[in-house]
Amino acid sequence: MRIHIPSALRAYTKQQSEVEVEGSTLGEVLSELDVRYPGFRFRIVTEQDRIRPHIRIFVNDEQAQELLTPLNGEARMYIVCALSGG
Amino acid sequence: MARATMTSTPAASKGAVTLLIATRKGAFTLRSDASRRTWKLSAPMFLGHIVHHMVLDPRDRRTMLMAVSTGHLGPTIYRSTDGGKTWKESSTPPAFRKVPEGESGRTVNHVFWLTPCHANEPDSWYAGTSPQGLFRSDNGGVTWAAFSYINEDPQYLEWMGTVQDGTPDGPKLHSIIVDPRNPKHLYFAMSGGGVHESVDGGKTFLPLIKGLEVVEGFDPATVTFHDPHCVQLCPSNPDRLYQQNHCGIYRLDRPSNQWVRIGKHMPKAIGDIGFPIVVHPRNADVAWVFPMDGSTVWPRVSLGGKPAAYVTRNAGNTWSRLDKGFPKADAWWTVKRQAMTRDAHDPVGLYLGTTSGEIWASRTEGQSWVCIARHLPEIYSVEAAMLAR
Repeated sequence: MRIHIPSALRAYTKQQSEVEVEGSTLGEVLSELDVRYPGFRFRIVTEQDRIRPHIRIFVNDEQAQELLTPLNGEARMYIVCALSGG
Repeated sequence: MARATMTSTPAASKGAVTLLIATRKGAFTLRSDASRRTWKLSAPMFLGHIVHHMVLDPRDRRTMLMAVSTGHLGPTIYRSTDGGKTWKESSTPPAFRKVPEGESGRTVNHVFWLTPCHANEPDSWYAGTSPQGLFRSDNGGVTWAAFSYINEDPQYLEWMGTVQDGTPDGPKLHSIIVDPRNPKHLYFAMSGGGVHESVDGGKTFLPLIKGLEVVEGFDPATVTFHDPHCVQLCPSNPDRLYQQNHCGIYRLDRPSNQWVRIGKHMPKAIGDIGFPIVVHPRNADVAWVFPMDGSTVWPRVSLGGKPAAYVTRNAGNTWSRLDKGFPKADAWWTVKRQAMTRDAHDPVGLYLGTTSGEIWASRTEGQSWVCIARHLPEIYSVEAAMLAR
């Protein structure tokens, strides 16, 4: 599946804005991303396996809030940094 | 508790000083010439990242750790082994234990405090987090694990209180101190949650709060209510500690467990409220504070808009105002607990960073001050480092 990487995380992906990763659940995809880009997962998922407060993940325009969310191999995923800061 | 003989008074340092400046929008360095008269500001490092603390390892004077998060991303630690030229992220940053599904577990919001372990424990570091957690790395900051039992201990969790009991930016574990005579003799402090001591390398900790006051109407016997802002151990006499607390300035001379409120000797119009405290590297009778307004809603700015540091040269019996060079009026500074420090030169250089982005320095132990940088982001911490050449 193709995953859109926000600018805040592209230091991990060698500035790639999209990467291709396989997995049958959101959790599997994020784990695979972490294998490929060490440290990536912990920046967006807490040690309690919760998506961090200012991170949103959309799969085919639907927000995914649980790591067990099943994925269709054809799906497209967006990792989004929600508005915050200042 | 067994105590070794007194450590010898550290020799004065010489040469260029590098200030490690952590801000809400990245990190900077300011490097002096040998006389500490001129300073050169670096380009920002990790621009836009929230940097809480940047510390040089005094054991090799090349390794540096930086506690980093961003508005969106979770907390991590970056490590440099070349004096800050290049950085690499920790592979396992500090994190609390994952609890089983259905239970409520804690999450590290940010790493707040970094302390190198004892001189005889090279590559080992302690980290304090928000919410309160104590962690240790034994490989130079590459991987981190919970240290001691306090992160999971029901009693300590009660003393830590909730997020609502902590500071506005989250409750913090800070002031991690290692006795230079004994790596197993440790202190740490929590806002809130009091000061704690271990004499067995962290196997057990006990509160060290006797004599400390709490906000009016609360019971000082309740550990949760204690809010130490900054604790410092005197390198020339490790049996002496100074503390700037939410409720005053204190000194503790071990083996006594009774803190003494030396802030009562401050001028009444100034009071003894503030965040940082700095101790002299070679004279345990000397300490500096930066008082701020603690009245009504706790403005925590320079009293009357007139910034001043205060020094005691007799262990807190008397205090003297140090404001030469500071603005005479209309300067409403806040200086956070990690944002005032010193070098080890003779005379000692003092440095403070304001939340309005200015760095002020004194080459004369506070007798006169000069602004050496302005227009920086909100300053969280300042450390004076002697980098290896």
